[in-house]
Amino acid sequence: MNALVQLLRRPRIAFGALVALALLMAALAAPWLSPHDPLDQDLFNAFAKPLWAGGDSAHLLGTDSLGRDLLSRLIHGARVALVVSFVAALLAGLLGTLLGLAAGYYGGKVDSVVSRLVEIWMSFPSVLLCIVLAALLGAGLHTVVIAIVIIDWTRFCRVVRAEVLVQKSQDYVASAVTIGLRPARILWQEILPNVVPLLLTLFTLEMGIAIVVEAILSFVGLSSANVPTWGGIIQEGRLYVNQAWWLMAAPMLCIIVAVLGMNALGDGLRDALDPVKAR
Amino acid sequence: MSTLLQISDLRLRLEGRPPAWLLRGVSLEVAPGQIVGLVGESGAGKTMVSRVVLGIAPANARVTGGSVFFDGHDITHLNEAARRHLLGREIAFIPQNPMTALNPVERIEPQITDVLRMHLGLDRVRARARALELLHDVHLREPERLLRRYPHELSGGMRQRVLIAIAFACRPKLVIADEPTTALDVTVQKQVLRLIRELQSHSGTAILFITHDLGVVARLCDHVHVMHGGRVLESAPVAQLFASPAHEYTRALIAATPRFDRPGELLRPIPVALTLRLAEDARVLDSSEPGKRG
Repeated sequence: MNALVQLLRRPRIAFGALVALALLMAALAAPWLSPHDPLDQDLFNAFAKPLWAGGDSAHLLGTDSLGRDLLSRLIHGARVALVVSFVAALLAGLLGTLLGLAAGYYGGKVDSVVSRLVEIWMSFPSVLLCIVLAALLGAGLHTVVIAIVIIDWTRFCRVVRAEVLVQKSQDYVASAVTIGLRPARILWQEILPNVVPLLLTLFTLEMGIAIVVEAILSFVGLSSANVPTWGGIIQEGRLYVNQAWWLMAAPMLCIIVAVLGMNALGDGLRDALDPVKAR
Repeated sequence: MSTLLQISDLRLRLEGRPPAWLLRGVSLEVAPGQIVGLVGESGAGKTMVSRVVLGIAPANARVTGGSVFFDGHDITHLNEAARRHLLGREIAFIPQNPMTALNPVERIEPQITDVLRMHLGLDRVRARARALELLHDVHLREPERLLRRYPHELSGGMRQRVLIAIAFACRPKLVIADEPTTALDVTVQKQVLRLIRELQSHSGTAILFITHDLGVVARLCDHVHVMHGGRVLESAPVAQLFASPAHEYTRALIAATPRFDRPGELLRPIPVALTLRLAEDARVLDSSEPGKRG
């Protein structure tokens, strides 16, 4: 508890935590927080102005071309952004961490295979991968999640492998060997806990990246059309930017704040948890 | 006399271009219950001897000759699973640097009980009770509280005591101590040495004590091996070694050691001519070695 307070004293972590909390609230309570159903059309009330431009309080941020409430759509969009980025980062982290742990600890052939795989993977254009994937799986949220996992597991894998190599050369690992612990146990019980701070940082940063990727894929229409997504709202708003610029600006602002927040949280955690930097 | 650890003509080569010899035919013996010192300068190969016995030699180093027998069994090329069975139970290790040898993110309790539960098959409660006993044996106060602590909350001396407790946990036949006092303050050094001596006399464990400090050897050991350049230059009982050192290098090493009982006496560094001669000897030895690459 004390440690948590210490962490929140850092401005970047505080800001990031605030953004993460807001996203979490939006995700959990979207149906109650949003003033309207995000899919409810009201064609007589299309392009209603936001409050500051003389609109009424029924639609705080105005409505889009079909008369749907923008604020409600943004809140539901946050829900999609959070769920997709969380699940994607979690799965990418799991896959990358497992392979990175194995490559770093067992070395030799395992390391060669994993490292070459990562190199080949990273030289493959990620946009192309997404398009191929969409062609295979069809558009939808699951496609977005799978695309992010497939593109970004290498990020975890490389960093975790390098960290395991560092940890492996530490004396405490040699001590564990000299009391006769099994390699698998040394890896899970001794090394993994020492890698966790790094994973926390990576995971947070990855969520920021995943939010952007989700927005891009929604923008080009690879995501679901049935739920409002930030990328999708931008794409629709793009057409009416001359009449109602806020339709495009508001979701962009959401993305920027969300990504900034996750990055600040990740950077802050990295500084706070890195024993060399912290002291 | 029967021997517990017998190393004969052990050769260790670091593969590379050119390959380098880390050990050039080391032979030494440790009898049960004996404290044997292994002295030498940095780079003499003392630590490499211990690493071969423990099976943690560098990945690119290869044993090219000789053998290590422990308790009558050849453990030179033992496979990993069989060695795990031995390590911690029969052969234990006290590392050099207590500041880094404990896992920084694990409490003390599991770090002590791991070895007990694995090798002695104790359950959580019994292992904990035994850990408390062990901490008491190494004279650490408030063992209950200590078990819940993290390594960074302990001083260097306390951590070394914890590591000694882990080493003696399964009543091993042999403890290898690699400069266990080098990283500690002088006052703490003395206490730790006394502790090792005390535990040794109670348990009858044999100790292979690696150090560069002849003063420690004189106080602690029964028998000494002097190493230089991957070779054992002289082996003798402690009293004999100090009374009448046979090898020129041993004499130089003793002369280079500060003596508190003779204040004001000038220290004589090891003569360069001697070092060069030893290096030349080693070169001759290496060139006669089979398997040497051009």
